[in-house]
Amino acid sequence: MTQAPLYAPREPIFPRRVSGAFRRLKWWIMGVTLAIYYLTPWIRWDRGPNLPDQAVLVDLANRRFYFFWIEIWPHEFYFVAGLLIMAGLGLFLFTSALGRVWCGYTCPQTVWTDLFILVERWIEGDRNARVRLHRAKWDFHKWRLRVSKWVVWLTISLATGGAWVFYFTDAPALAADLVRLTAHPVAYITIAVLTLTTFVFGGFMREQVCIYMCPWPRIQAAMMDPDTITVAYREWRGEPRGKGNVRKRDRAAAEKAEREAQAAGEGQQVRYKATPYPSMPLQVGGAPKLTAEINEHGDCIDCMACVNVCPMGIDIRDGQQMECITCALCIDACDDVMDKIGKPRGLIDYMALSDEAAERAGGVPKSIWRHIFRPRTLLYTALWAALGAGLVYALFIRSDIELTVSAVRNPTYVMQSDGSIRNIYDVRLRNKLGEDRVFHLSLSSDDLLRIEVQGADGTLDVNVPADSTTLQRVYVTARPQDPAATRANTDLRIWVEDKGTGDRASRTTTFNGKESE
Amino acid sequence: MTDKQVDEETGVETTGHVWDGIEELNNPLPRWWLWTLYATIVWAIGYTIAYPAWPMISGATSGLLGYSTRAEVSADITAHEAKNAGLVAELVAAEMTEISPQDDLHRYAVARGGSVFRAQCSQCHGQGAAGAKGYPNLLDNDWLWGGDQEAIAYSIRHGIRNETDFDARYSEMPAYGEMFSEAEIGAVVEYVVGLSSAEHDAALAAEGAPLFADNCAACHGDAGLGNREMGAPNLADAVWLYGGDRETLTETVTYARYGVMPAWGQRLSEEDVRAVAIYVHSLGGGE
Repeated sequence: MTQAPLYAPREPIFPRRVSGAFRRLKWWIMGVTLAIYYLTPWIRWDRGPNLPDQAVLVDLANRRFYFFWIEIWPHEFYFVAGLLIMAGLGLFLFTSALGRVWCGYTCPQTVWTDLFILVERWIEGDRNARVRLHRAKWDFHKWRLRVSKWVVWLTISLATGGAWVFYFTDAPALAADLVRLTAHPVAYITIAVLTLTTFVFGGFMREQVCIYMCPWPRIQAAMMDPDTITVAYREWRGEPRGKGNVRKRDRAAAEKAEREAQAAGEGQQVRYKATPYPSMPLQVGGAPKLTAEINEHGDCIDCMACVNVCPMGIDIRDGQQMECITCALCIDACDDVMDKIGKPRGLIDYMALSDEAAERAGGVPKSIWRHIFRPRTLLYTALWAALGAGLVYALFIRSDIELTVSAVRNPTYVMQSDGSIRNIYDVRLRNKLGEDRVFHLSLSSDDLLRIEVQGADGTLDVNVPADSTTLQRVYVTARPQDPAATRANTDLRIWVEDKGTGDRASRTTTFNGKESE
Repeated sequence: MTDKQVDEETGVETTGHVWDGIEELNNPLPRWWLWTLYATIVWAIGYTIAYPAWPMISGATSGLLGYSTRAEVSADITAHEAKNAGLVAELVAAEMTEISPQDDLHRYAVARGGSVFRAQCSQCHGQGAAGAKGYPNLLDNDWLWGGDQEAIAYSIRHGIRNETDFDARYSEMPAYGEMFSEAEIGAVVEYVVGLSSAEHDAALAAEGAPLFADNCAACHGDAGLGNREMGAPNLADAVWLYGGDRETLTETVTYARYGVMPAWGQRLSEEDVRAVAIYVHSLGGGE
């Protein structure tokens, strides 16, 4: 026998234009997310003379992250970790409730591919024109369309890569440098790489990225359960599918059978019960359908609209598939067709898989709220909210003045020539304000201890420049006759006070006496 | 292609391979994936030509780009030194006692001196500069030869009691075991203990007092406060280089102590000597 091929070429996909509720929602989401992405670096936020005025700035060189009124320092990286955990929990929540809604609506790969397809349709025409062009010879007409499309794609890609670098340095200054060709090579390289990936991923790889490169489809698919709302085909209602001519042929026979049945006194049956998905209004249009016709043929007229609009090139009627990003365009396409042929909408619909089985058995599907509010999603919401509340709390209790005290324990103490015992501490003082501040150090303890600031000529004031930290060495001394000099450990607290504002902060530490050895 | 086999359950073509009744499905990889693999192979070959890669009998191929991590580090070091050249020149020319702790020069000297100290000095004086028996603690305020930056720099530059530097600090206490009887040594030790501690045998110490005045006071001073000119330690304070208990003191008086330190001026640059002096001075005991 012949060996089946191990590698398959990509099947080109030509999604047809579709309109409907979900398409409109997707246009809105695309507009909003792209606007956020492109415009955010240009928002200004006044922080005073010593700090950058960019609202959102990841300042890697100075190790600061600015987000409007929030400034994150490296030692507060737990905020970023917390946000990442929240993003993870949010993904769990949305996936368990609404399936791969991230993939279908907000994933950059989806959004940019959508944008690129929009450009493609604008230049080359809708599905049929594009299929023809794909098969056509490479003549002037084809070259002209292709090159125009690529130029627009490249422009979008360049803007995409270009916007990214603005998040990491002052946007207006960098933009000027970029134009004058004086920006740092890293900026150009980053823009080049992102331009290339956007161009290739959005223009040519498209669904291949989702299917072969992205780990999310596997992870998200594993987080779905029978209660998860996802895009599905009502097989019980659609099958057996049939095109118009098949139907016409069968219809005559069916009507005949129906007339005979009515003559025999059997009543009419209406098979549609209730809409399984409240947001999609049930439209029972036209005259009551004959039972026999309904039973003979499903509502699916096999028009392939759902397949033709699918950006992933799959047939949703084959059931749940790894490739499906639940973009819901097939719902719009099918609803459109159902409206035209006077059948209720929702042949393809957002529904829980458990509902499909329930409806097939003639039961009533659960309400959408009971699908969404169940222990699993409530737990995710609770965890997500608790973490968020914790982070907000942490954000509000942060002070502008901070210190950490690390005791120098090599050696544990120093004996001075007069027999007094000295301990050394490295105190890191943080001034989070945009102006220089003078910090006054002091000490509190139950025992007699004396504090000195290294190199300060007897004062206890330390100048800390704006938006920076200072490492200050501090001596704490116990006289020979004081109990702390002999005792193994004595607790103490080192205080720092901003003399201007009166803000205070403190840290506890331990003083080692002679018996500590 | 009638001999294609299709799995009934999934509708997927099989490769025709069967093991114990288990058929291998053929879900073909995309073609571009294969091309990506080839591209990485080509890249890898190009990489091994461009960069050092292939091991040879001695060394490895150097690569067309002539890249070397060692050369990169050395370039980094050169660039770093060029950047600090101004500070180094300032450090060499500076009056060390005049440098303010808030100065950038001071910060630079402490950082530089600290790294030299940890590499060269910590073997004897310890990572934390707390010393050990026979090796002075550099954190306290007790200094044998002086504790300002210049005096410390002199000690570092010329060392202590070494034969290689004519200007080395030199102190030589006689070994009194050859001159004193054991009883006399015991009396002198008790007198020395009494200088710094209330807990001593006053009668015995009184016996030792004249011996101390005749033999020891010349260097250590009448009150035992020491003499930095001669490197004679202060015997009345709480800090002891070898130990302040009677047993150790007896040993010290009997055999004397001859600690040594190398002349670092012969091994370190002037800026390093000065940096270490400023670093040691900054540790807390500096005068």
